[in-house]
Amino acid sequence: MKQNPNRNIRGRDLLHVPVAGAGATADATAVTSLFPRVLSRRSMLRRIGLAGLSLAAVPAWAEELVKLSLPSGPREREITHDFPQKGTMILQRTRPPLLETPMEVFDRGVFTPNDRFYVRWHWAVIPNSVDVNTFRLSVHGHVNQSLSLSMSEILSLPRVDLAAVNQCSGNSRGFFLPRVTGAQWAHGAMGNAKWTGVRLKDVLDRAGVKAGAIQVRFNGLDEPVVPDAPDFKKSLAIDHAGNGEVMIAFAMNDEQLPLLNGFPLRLIVPGWYSTYWVKMLSDIEVLDKPDDNYWMALAYTIPDTPHANITPGQTGVKMVPINRMVPRSFFTNLAEGASVPAGTSVPVRGIAFGGDTGVATVDLSSDGGRSWQPTALGKDHGKYSFRQWETTVPLSEKGSHSLMVRCTNLAGDVQPSSPNWNTSGFMRNVIETVRLTAT
Amino acid sequence: MRGTILVIGAFAAALLFSTSAWVQQLPAIKSTTVDLPAGDRMFPGGSSADAINNNCLACHSADMVLNQPALPRATWEAEVRKMINVYRAPIDESDVASIVAYLVKTKGED
Repeated sequence: MKQNPNRNIRGRDLLHVPVAGAGATADATAVTSLFPRVLSRRSMLRRIGLAGLSLAAVPAWAEELVKLSLPSGPREREITHDFPQKGTMILQRTRPPLLETPMEVFDRGVFTPNDRFYVRWHWAVIPNSVDVNTFRLSVHGHVNQSLSLSMSEILSLPRVDLAAVNQCSGNSRGFFLPRVTGAQWAHGAMGNAKWTGVRLKDVLDRAGVKAGAIQVRFNGLDEPVVPDAPDFKKSLAIDHAGNGEVMIAFAMNDEQLPLLNGFPLRLIVPGWYSTYWVKMLSDIEVLDKPDDNYWMALAYTIPDTPHANITPGQTGVKMVPINRMVPRSFFTNLAEGASVPAGTSVPVRGIAFGGDTGVATVDLSSDGGRSWQPTALGKDHGKYSFRQWETTVPLSEKGSHSLMVRCTNLAGDVQPSSPNWNTSGFMRNVIETVRLTAT
Repeated sequence: MRGTILVIGAFAAALLFSTSAWVQQLPAIKSTTVDLPAGDRMFPGGSSADAINNNCLACHSADMVLNQPALPRATWEAEVRKMINVYRAPIDESDVASIVAYLVKTKGED
């Protein structure tokens, strides 16, 4: 077993009692969008409490909750301000962290701020400290020359930047019916950032990939709690890894990455689901045989069917590793059940992305999908980025209305009108509907 | 005067470079240390939660389970087996029935 120079930097004290951030409480109460779904702020009580108590002792009654529009309960989630380098987030799991971005964040701009960007870890042994002076990125395996790159060596390579959506394979899993196990995300396990870093190709070229290489495997500094549990590793085909688009990022929206988003280095795999975007990337191994590790062979696999769709209970389906993303679009200024004034033109807007290619059109329907009208698209930040869309919809009659939004990507792929289903809750991209009441 | 020219020159250069996003100067990458919340809340339910509290909280906090929807008994049995067989959770075999019973009671649908 090779000595890993990064091994000495882990070791989180599981017994540490967190101290709540004092400045963070104002944010949730200041939200004025049409997602006003914090149920029990009790902000006055909270302030009284904060005035007199140690911050470490914020009592349970001061919890803020958000209600997700999932098809069945539990729908309430805690709002948290307790995670480092993170603002107000929806708490799906404390340890290892699963933090969801509230939808109103996506209404404020095409790039998701780092402190609101969602967080997802598999194993609870996450280094809470990384020293950039001793950190090394190892490159080894089926190469001419193994490398151990310091941060300054990485920073000296040619730089690239790219706007790209990072989306969890299981984003929107909570909407699957029948329900399935896993993180019960609403739509906020996604984000869009400008990533700055170096091409993976340049790093591989420096090591010199030998003939016969077929995959490149990536590992990060996180580790399982139980030593013989499968360490989280992911692989890409050698041609994909060296395509010049896959990159190793050291910055996100012009700042170093938050620790929980993968500081100091994260693999960026544009157009592919986030499972491949290995965080705290510390080890790159070139393989001359297929990676059969659990996280490639069994976890994160999907039915090899259109939309990864099967019937509940269906068996004997060929499974393949999840891969390219598919088009999606969302409303960001109107929440489910919102009230709007009747007899007016209602401004409607949101975000869309094409998956593994750009957005061609985003269309809106106010008649249950019988007819579709194009919306106006915002600035194009590149084919892997979120794209904002907007339009106005005249709602002349009082009563309930449904609006639907549909993205078509540059390859002609269009969001389906019925939801897909699979046992893992992956790749949801059905057309979204929002129900409004005109009063 | 010379200082002014230098400043203007630098400003012009900045304008030129700003047309391409990636020559922007990044802040230095700085070593980082954080504290993560412990997530050490226990499962509610008194003694009926003893088995799940004793076996499941080493790897993940209770909220992951408490946020799950109601699911059939067979799903919870499979989930506990997955934790043992795939994720190597050191769960005592004699505790499996109590853990499944707790899950079915709090998150069961049949």
